[in-house]
Amino acid sequence: MIHKLTIPVHKENVALRFDMATEVFIILLSDKFIIEEKKSIVLPRSSADELCHLILSENINTLICGAIEDEYYQFLTWKKINIFDSVVGTWSEAFTNWKESNLNSRDILSSRKVEGRYV
Amino acid sequence: MTKLSNPLINSLLENPLDFIHFIDEIPMGVLVLDLNQRVVHLNKSFEALSGEYIDRAYGVKCHNILRSAACVNNCPLLLMGSENRSISCKSDIINMDRQKLPIRITIAPMLDINGDVKGFIETIQDLRMVEKLDQRQSIAYSFANIIGRSPQMEKIFQTLPLLAQSDTSILITGETGTGKDLVAEAIHQTSEREASPFIKINCGALPETLLESEIFGHEKGAFTGAVGNKPGRFKLAHNGTIFLTEIGDLPLALQVKLLTFLDDKIIFPLGSTKEFNVNVRMIAATNRNLEEMVKEGSFRKDLLFRLNVARIHLPPLREREGDIRLLLDHFFSHYTKQVNKAIKGFSTAALARLIHYNYEGNIRELKNIVEYAVNVAATSVIEPENLPAYLFEPVTDTHSFSSYSGSFKNFNASNPMQTEDIASKPDKIQSNETWPSVQRRMILDALKEAKGKKSEAASILGMGRSTLWRKIKQYNIDP
Repeated sequence: MIHKLTIPVHKENVALRFDMATEVFIILLSDKFIIEEKKSIVLPRSSADELCHLILSENINTLICGAIEDEYYQFLTWKKINIFDSVVGTWSEAFTNWKESNLNSRDILSSRKVEGRYV
Repeated sequence: MTKLSNPLINSLLENPLDFIHFIDEIPMGVLVLDLNQRVVHLNKSFEALSGEYIDRAYGVKCHNILRSAACVNNCPLLLMGSENRSISCKSDIINMDRQKLPIRITIAPMLDINGDVKGFIETIQDLRMVEKLDQRQSIAYSFANIIGRSPQMEKIFQTLPLLAQSDTSILITGETGTGKDLVAEAIHQTSEREASPFIKINCGALPETLLESEIFGHEKGAFTGAVGNKPGRFKLAHNGTIFLTEIGDLPLALQVKLLTFLDDKIIFPLGSTKEFNVNVRMIAATNRNLEEMVKEGSFRKDLLFRLNVARIHLPPLREREGDIRLLLDHFFSHYTKQVNKAIKGFSTAALARLIHYNYEGNIRELKNIVEYAVNVAATSVIEPENLPAYLFEPVTDTHSFSSYSGSFKNFNASNPMQTEDIASKPDKIQSNETWPSVQRRMILDALKEAKGKKSEAASILGMGRSTLWRKIKQYNIDP
């Protein structure tokens, strides 16, 4: 069964905010989590409503995103979309963690440094 | 490097101070950042506002923790550049509870003893309360759902909150469509009785016998068909507000009963000997001239005095300078959203017609015109042809005629000859006369002309016999 996953992104990172994302990755996966297709969609403007519409029209199963308003979270959850929100890090790390069933909402995947030193 | 569990402030006082306690006492969110904009510390207020906590945020880039729109669009830290001055901007955040909150961010550099920047301190002010106040100020030209910025309406907006807080009876007067019902409801909603019922009775909508039972209730067996007890609207409105609209149409017999209630706050349901104490606030409204009705004997003077404790007169739309445009824009925005049409606005020609039109039906008519235009418009602007055709029909009235010009049109339609008769008699109509008094006089003239024959008089007036009979009863004409 094909699984469709989307990640709103900003450059290489998971976009900070769902409502302000202007680019999304859509990844199609086969049964064994093999990437069948990966595409990037650049949105004409940032809009949570339009992004929701895109997610529904693309029949997405899983969403990995940053901050998302409750209204949209509830709506997408109601539409049976599995959401991992408040994820901080690069989209590839998030995707890898998700593939390994190792991703949770609120995960911070980026490195932590203070005054140039890892903490 | 690990997070310091007990950072101190040295040299400020004799003994080192606990930095965490110090920063936690600040009543707004504070983020302490290093030179690379990574979170070093955050205080309790920030935790409460954002739902983040230091163990999660420590060493993470501040934008990933703050999650404000400013972080995406124009990071204030980048705007600050090399200037060692604080910078402030308004933005919003989405917190961990997935709530979007308006905030003000102020960022200032933290300097060492040599004046070199060693980090940043970011304060986050929650603007929810401020925005609420701003909204209240920005809608100073409104009260509840009533909108207007004309001097007449401003005066009303100043009075309404005061009246709402009092518990006095209120009489609302004004032409049809001026928003009397809206005012009554707004008064109730902003009064202390808000949580209790708001019961509306249209005194003109029911025949006298039914009205009495409807208002005061009845006991089982009070009259044929009274198969059970009925509480009546007064009893239902207990502790709330009762709104008697079209009070001018209340039959004289019921006026007496209402008067008794206003004096004693007691009602007697029909057929009951048992009194019932009700605590209700009374608001009455009418588009009729009650003083005139008192003179004619169709309204009780003492009831008028009781109701007239506080009076709100809603001016007709044509007298509200500048409000037509305001209301056009308001309803335009409302209906374009409702029908989801990308209409930009009114064309100059359409706007000119709308602004100079004499709204006899007042706001209700304006609202209907805008609704029609928005629904009909097929282009990006509303053109004159999208407006109802009757707006472009020639009107021969002046403001003094306006309230009854619609009825003149009816006469015209049924009896073209009569048009001339009426139109040729404008000198007989004085500007301070009300429509009921003019109509009463017209009926009397027609009856005289028809030598008392009602069917002939009805034909002269261009109305049905039953309508004439009803009007004769209404105006207490004894032919």
